[in-house]
Amino acid sequence: MRPDLDIIQQWISKGHHVLDLGCGDGTLLDYLQRERGASGFGLEINPEHITTCMSRGVAVIEQNLDTQGLGNFDDGSFDVVLMTQALQAVRRPDKVLDEMLRVGREGIVTFPNFAHWRLRWGLALSGRMPESDALPYKWYNTPNIRLCTFKDFEALCRQKGIRITSRRVVDGQHQNSWLARLWPNLLGEIAIYRITRENTL
Amino acid sequence: MPDSLPADSVGIVTPQTYHFDTPIDLACGQSLPSYDLMVETYGELNADASNAVLICHALSGHHHAAGFHSMEDRKPGWWDSCIGPGKPIDTNRFFVVALNNLGGCHGSTGPSSINPATGKQYGPDFPVITVSDWVKSQAQLADRMGIETWAAVVGGSLGGMQALQWSLDYPDRLKHAVVIASTPRLTAQNIAFNEVARQAITSDREFYDGRYYDHNIVPRRGLMLARMVGHITYLSDESMGEKFGRELRDQAYKFGYDAEFQVESYLRYQGERFSESFDANTYLLMTRALDYFDPAYDYGGNLSRALASARCEFLVLSFSTDWRFAPERSEEMVNAMIAARRKVSYAEIDAPWGHDAFLIPTPRYTDILHAYMDRIGREVGA
Repeated sequence: MRPDLDIIQQWISKGHHVLDLGCGDGTLLDYLQRERGASGFGLEINPEHITTCMSRGVAVIEQNLDTQGLGNFDDGSFDVVLMTQALQAVRRPDKVLDEMLRVGREGIVTFPNFAHWRLRWGLALSGRMPESDALPYKWYNTPNIRLCTFKDFEALCRQKGIRITSRRVVDGQHQNSWLARLWPNLLGEIAIYRITRENTL
Repeated sequence: MPDSLPADSVGIVTPQTYHFDTPIDLACGQSLPSYDLMVETYGELNADASNAVLICHALSGHHHAAGFHSMEDRKPGWWDSCIGPGKPIDTNRFFVVALNNLGGCHGSTGPSSINPATGKQYGPDFPVITVSDWVKSQAQLADRMGIETWAAVVGGSLGGMQALQWSLDYPDRLKHAVVIASTPRLTAQNIAFNEVARQAITSDREFYDGRYYDHNIVPRRGLMLARMVGHITYLSDESMGEKFGRELRDQAYKFGYDAEFQVESYLRYQGERFSESFDANTYLLMTRALDYFDPAYDYGGNLSRALASARCEFLVLSFSTDWRFAPERSEEMVNAMIAARRKVSYAEIDAPWGHDAFLIPTPRYTDILHAYMDRIGREVGA
């Protein structure tokens, strides 16, 4: 299992009702169902991924966050709402965060850090939009239209009164190295945040 | 007519009549003292009877879902594209049961059957049947066949309503409900179209208040018109445009009112063929069953409360250009299932054919059905 997903699964308790935004081929939900006794749904728009989810028994709903939002989910109807590597690809990450914490008591968000030293270095040196393993696209075809840094994200959470209860930073190999812990915004490539509304947990 | 049977066909099949002597109490308050159901099955029921799949038909469907009745048949059963060896509903793994519903006109007891009380056809005296009544009769059939639990109940359109109703009426007797191109209730527009169809039939002079059998005649004009208006609602503007456009049968306008456009002659042909093979009273009954279907009604219109009793998992599929039962109707159903914490998967399939898309094997549709049924097969040991 990908180390970032391994970190996430440790935060899910038995019987948790989970909503996974952009659940991909359902790997994580499948694992959570089988190994953690969780239940829940994944939202996805990629047809191949949807079919894979169905074949492995993951409940998947074809739903586009940008155009359909989460209006069809009741307040507080999930224990945890997950969003792995998709926050940077939605049109309004701020609104998605609001919605995540409306339908779920807790949110878990992962995204690539645009302030990672290699990206800074690439931009400074070549003057071109940076590319990396975590961000392997060209500027004109990237689905990642809302890139941000760990600091940006944390500032947004502060502004919205969202409490970060946990943060784990991993490098490109998804390893939780001590260097990345020391200077996360410079050396961390992907962060895994656990968030909640201050008054609920 | 097939020269030889395709390798992925269930082959030559023979329908079978199941007679029931136990009276069935109906939603309308009446009961039928005895009745027949016309049934076809494909594949083998396994030792623990865990691999049975029930196929529910739509408005004009019947028990002949797959295969051929003889080598002279022009066409296979109505869902042959999905049922057969190696097909999404794989008859090498599943025991597939398809029946003609009560009130039908293809061998099951219906308005054109003889009423034992009078010795004449029931006609308008045949009770109005609801989706719940169908499910009840299908449960009787399951009992007779030794099937305690269906691996899946599958249906499109009106058939999807039956799959949904199964999950509510017999929650422990199915593992999965596959609800395709369906709706939790008809809209006013849907009912309006049904009313036009019924008016077409009942206003035909040859309808004789439903006792046309006594006059040895069929209200053909009315049935034809009913089918024509229905057929329009099964297609999309796009698919009709592609198929016919403004194409004329001859080169120029004739400045008259006969069928000049291709679409006109197509509709007439479809209507005529239908009127030769379908019973007018059954058409009235089927459209009424559609109108009445509303499982949320007893729960103050709240479908998720109705679904609280359901235990099975759901697969819901809709088609992008279906305006008869639009994707929004399927989404209503899915949202109610989510709110009721039922396990549900949903996809909207891009297909240009309107409501009829549920009968047409689009690659994505077939892939999804295949993947989902394969998983059910693994789950039930089929």
